[in-house]
Amino acid sequence: MKFLMLVSLDPSRDESDTDLTGTLEIEDWVTKYDDAGVRLLGNQVRMAEDATSVTRREGKLLVTDGPYAESREWIVGFDVLECADLDEAIKVAAEHPMAVDGRLELRPFVE
Amino acid sequence: MAEERLRIVASLIRTTRDWDLAEDAVADAAERALMTWPRDGVPRNPAAWLTTTAQRRALDVIRRAGTERTKLAELGAEQELEEQGEEAAVDHGVVADDRLRLVFTCCHPALAMEARVALTLKVVAGLSTEAVARMFLVGEATMSQRLLRAKKRVANAGIPYKVPEAADLPERLDGVLAVVYLVFTQGYAGAAAPELAEEAIRLGRLLVDLMPDEDEVRALLALMLAQHARRDARLVDGELVTLEHQDRSLWDREAVAEALSLTMPPGRLPGPYRLQAELALTHLRAKHADDTDWRRIVQLYERLLDQHPSPVISLNRAIAVGMAESPAAGLLLLDNLAEHPALQGLHLLPAARADLLARAGRTEEALAEADRAIALAPTEQERRQLGMWRDGLG
Repeated sequence: MKFLMLVSLDPSRDESDTDLTGTLEIEDWVTKYDDAGVRLLGNQVRMAEDATSVTRREGKLLVTDGPYAESREWIVGFDVLECADLDEAIKVAAEHPMAVDGRLELRPFVE
Repeated sequence: MAEERLRIVASLIRTTRDWDLAEDAVADAAERALMTWPRDGVPRNPAAWLTTTAQRRALDVIRRAGTERTKLAELGAEQELEEQGEEAAVDHGVVADDRLRLVFTCCHPALAMEARVALTLKVVAGLSTEAVARMFLVGEATMSQRLLRAKKRVANAGIPYKVPEAADLPERLDGVLAVVYLVFTQGYAGAAAPELAEEAIRLGRLLVDLMPDEDEVRALLALMLAQHARRDARLVDGELVTLEHQDRSLWDREAVAEALSLTMPPGRLPGPYRLQAELALTHLRAKHADDTDWRRIVQLYERLLDQHPSPVISLNRAIAVGMAESPAAGLLLLDNLAEHPALQGLHLLPAARADLLARAGRTEEALAEADRAIALAPTEQERRQLGMWRDGLG
């Protein structure tokens, strides 16, 4: 099954906790899971100030600058993972350095 | 019947991936048994009869389901169910794995604790939705919705139906044990559901049966049995009786014997449940309160502290030192805890000080500490208990 892994900053994080045990350097993480066929796609994305929101309301197109919800301000990247199940996806996510420096969210694809 | 129910539900969930279908098919088979067995006699192999009947029922439902059918057919559920004859039904080797799969899935960390407990009670223990609802003090319809959401989440979040790999087992096992122990403590937390303690013990026995080599599983069962054995002695006329003053002839001998039989296999390192079980077992082994091996209890608290530093364990160790060595030695250790932020505003510290001061013959100081403890005690029952103790000091 496929998972969208959202990579976010965590403003409430304890900055003094820099224990990276169990994680890989980001370049090594990408290489490892690209080679394993687990990471199908992924990238960093620009911060909220460069986001654009697009909506249609009563037929009218509305384009606004900025994110559409406060929580989105903190998204800094994403990866698409192909895993057997949630346990495997958790293992992959647990090795990502942003599991320490931020937070990761796994969203399964609907189909 | 309960044991067969679990085997069949667990294997049907694996083959169909449909939790409701599995539970309904088994309930249906049980209903048929109640109808036909008294009339036609009990079949030669009741377990196989139940399994086959439930499988046929599940297959019927899948075939009639129409739109859902393609999806299930993809999983090979139909084919697998058709291939499972009576032989497969009695092959408990595979089925035992299914029961473990079910336990680990119900207790998966990606589920909220409340959902884990509800799913475990409903699907593993086989309680009715109404009984689970009563435990959570909600209506049946609310619990039904919660169970539905939990089952949906298992499917949608990608929670696998499997026993964790060896590397993840200790951590995942802790999660399973936490669910069972929570059910147990709920049985004692309120007068609402004492049968939950029995249910937790049944779950504990099942886990020992499924994982005989895991000492923490045995230890949790021993811990629950040791606490449960004292149930008739700890509450007399609605008043809590401390371990020291309990009438030990009221302890449940069978539960005591079972708890004492669940010792640690040699050559293992004790985990947190084993240490807690050993504490409880040390008390069980004493025929009278005066025979209690307090030195052993001090050692056990010290090992617990090594694994998991906590002010409440430190406090209990201080009390044990007070009993093993002298009240003065215990009081000295309690003094070190006086400033601990986690103990501020709680009755625990003054109550412990009062007890050791009384044992040291320092009655005036003991009375003053008892008054402080009474003022801070969280429940009426505890206030009354402390009050009676205080009045006994004179």
